[in-house]
Amino acid sequence: MTAFDLQAILPELLLAVFAMFALLAAVYTGKDKATPLVTWATAGVMLALALFIGLGEAVNGRAFGGLLFEDAYGRFAQVGILVAAAAVLLAGQDTLVRRGLGRFEYPLLIALATVGMMIMVSAGDLMTLYMGLELQSLALYVVAAMRRDGVKSTEAGMKYFILGALSSGLLLYGASLTYGYAGTTGFDGILAAASGGEMGLGLLFGLTFVVAGLAFKVSAVPFHMWTPDVYEGAPTPVTAFFATAPKLAAMALFGRVLFDAFGQAVGDWSQIIALMAVLSMFLGAVAAIGQRDIKRLMAYSSISHMGFALIGLAAGSQYGVQAMLVYMAIYLTMNVGTFAFIMSMERDGKPVTEIAALHQYAKGEPVKALAMLVLLFSLAGVPPMVGFFGKLYVLGAAVQADMTLLAVAGVVASVIGAFYYLRIVYYMYFGEAEERVETPMSPAAWVMLMGAAAAMLLGVINLFGVEGAAAQAAAALVN
Amino acid sequence: MTVAGFAFYVFALTVLVGGLFTVVSRNPVHAVLWLITAFIGATGLFVLLGAEFIAMLLMIVYVGAVAVLFLFVVMMLDVDFAELRAGMAKYLPIALLIGVILLVELGMILGTWVTADGVEMLAAPVAGEVQNTAALGMVIYTDYILLFQLAGLVLLVAMIGAIVLTMRHRRDIKRQNVVEQMHRDPKAAIRMIDVKPGQGL
Amino acid sequence: MYEFFTTTNLGIALLITGQVLLIVVPLLVALAFLLWADRKVWAAVQLRKGPNVVGAFGLLQSFADFIKYVVKEIVVPAGADKFVFFLAPLLSLVLALVAWAVIPFNEGWVLADINVAILFIFAVSSLEVYGVIMGGWASNSKYPFLGSLRSAAQMISYEVSIGLIIIGVIISTGSMNLTAIVNAQAGAGLLSWYWLPHFPMVFLFIISAMAETNRPPFDLPEAESELVAGYQVEYSSTPFLLYMIGEYVAITLMTALITLLFFGGWLSPIPGLADGIHWMFLKMGFFWFLFMMTKAVVPRYRYDQLMRIGWKVFLPLSLAWVVLVAFFAQYGAFWGTYARWTTGG
Repeated sequence: MTAFDLQAILPELLLAVFAMFALLAAVYTGKDKATPLVTWATAGVMLALALFIGLGEAVNGRAFGGLLFEDAYGRFAQVGILVAAAAVLLAGQDTLVRRGLGRFEYPLLIALATVGMMIMVSAGDLMTLYMGLELQSLALYVVAAMRRDGVKSTEAGMKYFILGALSSGLLLYGASLTYGYAGTTGFDGILAAASGGEMGLGLLFGLTFVVAGLAFKVSAVPFHMWTPDVYEGAPTPVTAFFATAPKLAAMALFGRVLFDAFGQAVGDWSQIIALMAVLSMFLGAVAAIGQRDIKRLMAYSSISHMGFALIGLAAGSQYGVQAMLVYMAIYLTMNVGTFAFIMSMERDGKPVTEIAALHQYAKGEPVKALAMLVLLFSLAGVPPMVGFFGKLYVLGAAVQADMTLLAVAGVVASVIGAFYYLRIVYYMYFGEAEERVETPMSPAAWVMLMGAAAAMLLGVINLFGVEGAAAQAAAALVN
Repeated sequence: MTVAGFAFYVFALTVLVGGLFTVVSRNPVHAVLWLITAFIGATGLFVLLGAEFIAMLLMIVYVGAVAVLFLFVVMMLDVDFAELRAGMAKYLPIALLIGVILLVELGMILGTWVTADGVEMLAAPVAGEVQNTAALGMVIYTDYILLFQLAGLVLLVAMIGAIVLTMRHRRDIKRQNVVEQMHRDPKAAIRMIDVKPGQGL
Repeated sequence: MYEFFTTTNLGIALLITGQVLLIVVPLLVALAFLLWADRKVWAAVQLRKGPNVVGAFGLLQSFADFIKYVVKEIVVPAGADKFVFFLAPLLSLVLALVAWAVIPFNEGWVLADINVAILFIFAVSSLEVYGVIMGGWASNSKYPFLGSLRSAAQMISYEVSIGLIIIGVIISTGSMNLTAIVNAQAGAGLLSWYWLPHFPMVFLFIISAMAETNRPPFDLPEAESELVAGYQVEYSSTPFLLYMIGEYVAITLMTALITLLFFGGWLSPIPGLADGIHWMFLKMGFFWFLFMMTKAVVPRYRYDQLMRIGWKVFLPLSLAWVVLVAFFAQYGAFWGTYARWTTGG
């Protein structure tokens, strides 16, 4: 192991070591009483690492003999993952404790999942990819079933586990085919084997299965079936986590595999991705309309959003990747805010997730309702919220890549999708009088909600500079 | 036929027969035992390939540990395989269809088999002075140290997961404290009381 | 003649069969006397006479027992899974014997001199669990079944620490070949054997070996007073005999392993004296005696205590020891005692 290897792996290493020490410390001291402290410490470490990665000296190259790529693309995704994970942890901490789920293992499992995600996005080899993916998934299966006495939570964990294992199987099958036909598991080698724009049938099979496996993780149609049930069954703070960091990680990994390993065969995968994008957008938009449960609704919403992000990848260009990254960054911010609100919904101390409970909500809590209004508008893509610009970005990328039909489909799906977001807003402001829902929030969650809403408004000015970083990242990946 | 050739057919047949009976056995315990037979056959094949380290690991890990757990579970759960099998006739056509499709796919892949340069070289073990235990060690702990450690983390998560999801602290049971028990002596355990007649305790 | 045995297929087959017989027959004969000695020692500790009727000093007692077992009727419980029921004791014995294939008795006196000898023994001994589980299950009765579960759990638990202890020895030697392990202990006689550098592990290994082979004080599987002979309850006659022989062969194997791994195998304890097979047998005999005395002297453990010791004491200790040895070997601590492959010892 050289000094460069160490430098490349340092953030992941620090987080993993922190998780292990915190685990030991918590086991030998307060156990679940230490949960708040452990949560804050984990979030703190994550944010510090995000700063370290984002502001630290940038070195690029291949670490561990090509097992790990260290570049601007990976760093962008890592920062996004760390910040999102930390934000969700802080926002959900109070809720978890109040629901009797304040296990000290939770933040540490999240930390280990985060390590997995960080490895995923900088993977330079199919083996690294798989290890990172499994590390992430395994931790997520566990936290999905955290409320182990609840039928729905257990069901969510079980479903997630079985379908996740299936998707891992698909991915592995694809990886083994790729290995067989390329003769190597390294992305560089695969890129060389697939060069000349002409891929062998075997490699194409491999690519298809790998894409199918990854599509499971981003919950793109037709591999989305698990999403609504898992979102609904898992404790809401856990759902919030599912909807944020892992999505970015999986999406970034998608880009990594497609461009770093199969970048010479854009024509071969572009159509697969485009099809998945269209299906996801429409299914997400249409199926969400009938939902009565806000968590299920958010599940379909995230499926639809993944469809939009996939448009960026389908474009197959540097601009497309940039659009995808920006879109994901915006998506994360919106979801952190929205879930900070959903987590707090309760009545008589019991969590409530029916959309109907939001009737007349604005009368009691005008400020929070306003923040939600902004977020929902942004999710729907109503100008001048930032969400609109995200959509504009990916659609622009599609147009630029001569995929006008795809862009048109995106616009149509976006209009359909707007309906259910706006319906919630309608309920909050003009709904029939009913027993109102209470939303007691911890300061952290309040800050997340308000911050996300404010970002949706203020971001219009320059997107907080995300654009520039995303452009750099995309350039690092595509070239 | 050479001894190695003969051994190959014996082991290959063991694997196939073991696999077949694993599927068709009526008794779940027999199915697991056949599975173990198949594992042992596979071990033999690995030895013939010159991969003695992998062979022994297969034996220790799969046969010695994993299959024992299988056996425990199968013995205790009392799985009614006849019931599980009830729908078999109904689904047989679909299963056959999938089987045929897979077979055709495999055939297709075999037909268009194009390998990159230098792959054949990878398939054969490097002959030389280095034993394959040492060779594996050198690769795992140098080139693939990252993956090795990541695998460790995955296992750690699995362990944490098992504990989080299943462990319950029961407060109403007695626990044994060995150190305390060993430090117990007559002085701490026995109290001498002088009972006055007619008074009791 | 030499050509025939080394080149033709038939010749090689005959040669190997001959070698196998050369190991198995003396082993089984020796076992008869070891059994007798076991009972004698036990009796002596309890101030009894022990077997003294058949032959001089009762020496032929084991043979008499053997005949008795063989001519008795084999009782198969109703509802038993016949095939598995008879397979289980056979498996027990065969597996116990198979491991001897890689045990060297003297420099070059080994049936199969393979690179991963120690892993082979480990693999085979991990299979021995099946004899127990299958026997318990096939008897179709809850007592044998309970007994088999307990003893399977016990064997698996102690296998883990045995494996870890062995790793320490492997690290020190740089090889998994038993001959290489013994040769690495050559040098200053008694003092250069592995018992000294791996001092604490010797005890752990011996205790684990007792637990692994279901020897008292860890004979819970057969605890006569509690489980009426555990998984063997329903066995009688020859199948029972097979179990019994298998068990004693396994114990003898463990004594051989202790000798090879920690006490220099056939090496002479005093520098100057010639090495030879007699040392090997002497040492094995000594450890057998130790096993016998332990059986006679130490009271039986309770099951939870047994598990506690295995998982909470032995496992962490042996794991820590592996880490420690790895560091010692890497940095050549104690004049390379822990890294014999570097010093050429």
